[in-house]
Amino acid sequence: MLMIHQTEETPEQFTVTVFTEDKVGLLNRITIVFTRRHLNIDSLTTSESEVPGIFRYTIVTHCTESLIKKVTTQIEKLTEVLRAFYFHEEDVIYQEIALYKVSTSNIVNGHIIEKIVRQSNARVLDIEEGFIVIEKTGYKDETQQLFNQLEPYGILQFARSGRVAVTRPKKELSNYLRDLVKAAEISNTIRDWKLKN
Amino acid sequence: MEKVSGAEAVVLSLIEEGQDTIFGYPGGAVIPIYDRLYFHTNEIHHVLARHEQGAVHEAQAYAQITGKPGVCIVTSGPGATNAITGVANANMDSVPLVVISGQVIEGFLGSDAFQETDVFGLSMPIAKWSIQVTRAEDIAEAMAKAFYVAVTGRPGVVMVDITKNALTSKTEFKYHKSPTLRSYAPYPDIDAEVIARAAATINSAKKPIILLGHGVLIANAQRQVKEFVEKTGIPFGMTLMGLTSLPSSHPLCVGMLGMHGSYAVNILTNQADLIIAIGMRFSDRVTGRLQGYAPRAKVIHIEIDKSEIDKNVETDIAIHADLKTAITRMLPLLHSNDYSDWREEFYKLYDKEYAEVIKKDLYSNLPVIQPGEPVAMVSKKTNGDAVVVTDVGQNQMVAARYYDFKYPNTFLTSGGLGTMGFGLPAAVGAAVAQNSRPVVLFTGDGGFQMNEQELGTIVQEKLPVKIVILNNSVLGMVRQWQNMFQEKRYSQTDLVNPDFVALAKAYNIPGQRVERRQDLEQAIDKMLEAKTAYLLEVVVDKDMKVFPFIAPGSSVDEMKLNED
Repeated sequence: MLMIHQTEETPEQFTVTVFTEDKVGLLNRITIVFTRRHLNIDSLTTSESEVPGIFRYTIVTHCTESLIKKVTTQIEKLTEVLRAFYFHEEDVIYQEIALYKVSTSNIVNGHIIEKIVRQSNARVLDIEEGFIVIEKTGYKDETQQLFNQLEPYGILQFARSGRVAVTRPKKELSNYLRDLVKAAEISNTIRDWKLKN
Repeated sequence: MEKVSGAEAVVLSLIEEGQDTIFGYPGGAVIPIYDRLYFHTNEIHHVLARHEQGAVHEAQAYAQITGKPGVCIVTSGPGATNAITGVANANMDSVPLVVISGQVIEGFLGSDAFQETDVFGLSMPIAKWSIQVTRAEDIAEAMAKAFYVAVTGRPGVVMVDITKNALTSKTEFKYHKSPTLRSYAPYPDIDAEVIARAAATINSAKKPIILLGHGVLIANAQRQVKEFVEKTGIPFGMTLMGLTSLPSSHPLCVGMLGMHGSYAVNILTNQADLIIAIGMRFSDRVTGRLQGYAPRAKVIHIEIDKSEIDKNVETDIAIHADLKTAITRMLPLLHSNDYSDWREEFYKLYDKEYAEVIKKDLYSNLPVIQPGEPVAMVSKKTNGDAVVVTDVGQNQMVAARYYDFKYPNTFLTSGGLGTMGFGLPAAVGAAVAQNSRPVVLFTGDGGFQMNEQELGTIVQEKLPVKIVILNNSVLGMVRQWQNMFQEKRYSQTDLVNPDFVALAKAYNIPGQRVERRQDLEQAIDKMLEAKTAYLLEVVVDKDMKVFPFIAPGSSVDEMKLNED
């Protein structure tokens, strides 16, 4: 028998994807599973998925694989959770969005900002007296790099989103839904048998 | 269709679910429900507890004895927070309950209104599921889902928090039992190939052990499990919660698992080449130090809660299934083997435990009564026919060890949460649930005083509960640890106790205090012959320590028979 708590196991970054019904309190229930294990959430985003009425949570955390496996199973056990999966870094395609509100009062030469924006594939969302708002989508190190470049000019505000991710593995949500409906039918059949025996 | 109030919808839902007995305590937010119960006393008997924690423990015991979900009604705020310990306790031990709490009116939610608590949020980490209902028309659907979720799969507690405006406004009432939910399939499909692989592994094992947990009783699979052990001839142990799955005197039974379980089954776990875990969750109290647990064994784990598989002990063959279904399918593939040499190893170790522990516990030379003695005597006098209820601590361990259980679900105890104060209300619930067996509570002087107010419920319901207080005037189990691990620094474990017999008398419950061994038998006879409730206080040895003992941090095979 192998032991679960292998000390040599190294922590890594995982993306957890959770599909849920649209019910009050689910965000709370899901984060409780992390909290109980004293596990920090690095980022979290949620929105309606491609199927109306089903919500998708994308949660990034840092821990060992044996732990994330247990956390994911405990999330999936929640009554209103449809499915939960965890992914290694190489199995997710993701982006984060960052917004920078930069002061224009320190800018002597306006071309410098324009050059930075162009070189970093960012774009200007808004220009007003005293500041401009720049948007950049990418990985964290890319949005961070732009932050570093803009910092000397005075960043008045900075906001970065959690991860928005899709996954590489082939099977899609609609297939899972079909499986779930089938599983519920099988479950009812077993329950009927149990009640008779 | 005629409209009814939300409160009436709650009561009609209970009737639809066949609930004829419920527990609870009224308060401002649930007055509308209690008002409707007033009109349904022919259909629903309400047991009035003296504290909401008591009410939930009572509902739990009722559920375990009847096999039906227990129902409890509490008011908002303090009613709900008082219920929380009971909720956590029942959920940890997989007992189905539906706990209905009142809530302030919807418009007041979140405003710190009088008697407002976020019980919906509070219950999330400790209940199987919870829901807050704010409209009368949603009550029937919430109740149907609550009962379905509570009883199916691995059972647990569902909290239904209903705002007062939902209880007072009108709705049509339509009830659909057992709704199908795509996000919740409690009974998984079984892979025939895995069953075959498990059977082949079992058939080729040389030193297998079967571990039976509470799941056997929950799945009502005693018959199938009996056939399984008898067909294969494999020795089995039971967890604390799994006791009564099969009779303790079954020839293949090798005792209770875990920290204070039987010496043989714990020691030999680490010699076994196969562990067949059935409806149990490898609690730390069962496994001891995980790194030293069953190093030679393959593990087959039959378990309905997927998150329990590989949680503590990694399995070689995981059977995520209802165990009654899984075992039924496996039975034709199994054959018997000759395990007589292997079983002989258990018997040898039992003899050692008998000489070093059991003999001292039950046939002591010390002048003061040992706590195991009244348990063994009640066991003999009731012929194993009683429903035995315990509190938590030394009283619990001696009751588990020395009562000879014969029938399923005749042992009620707080396993996972280890809730002191569980015993007395649980005994109340057991006596409400049935009257064919005597209900005997073994409790300590500490735990008894945590919910002693439930004596009032016993009197009001005229319940013939037999209360045995094993009084050592200390918190015995904590004191045992202080003695062994804190160099006898007995910090806050001495209790100055009331006159328990006089306390019972104040409730018109007869009782007796016994200090001498020669008075014990007669006192127990008198208690068991009483038609009413009875309190027997037995003064026991405060220095007695429960052995065998797997010290915290030790492996199962480092179990000790004594302090040396």
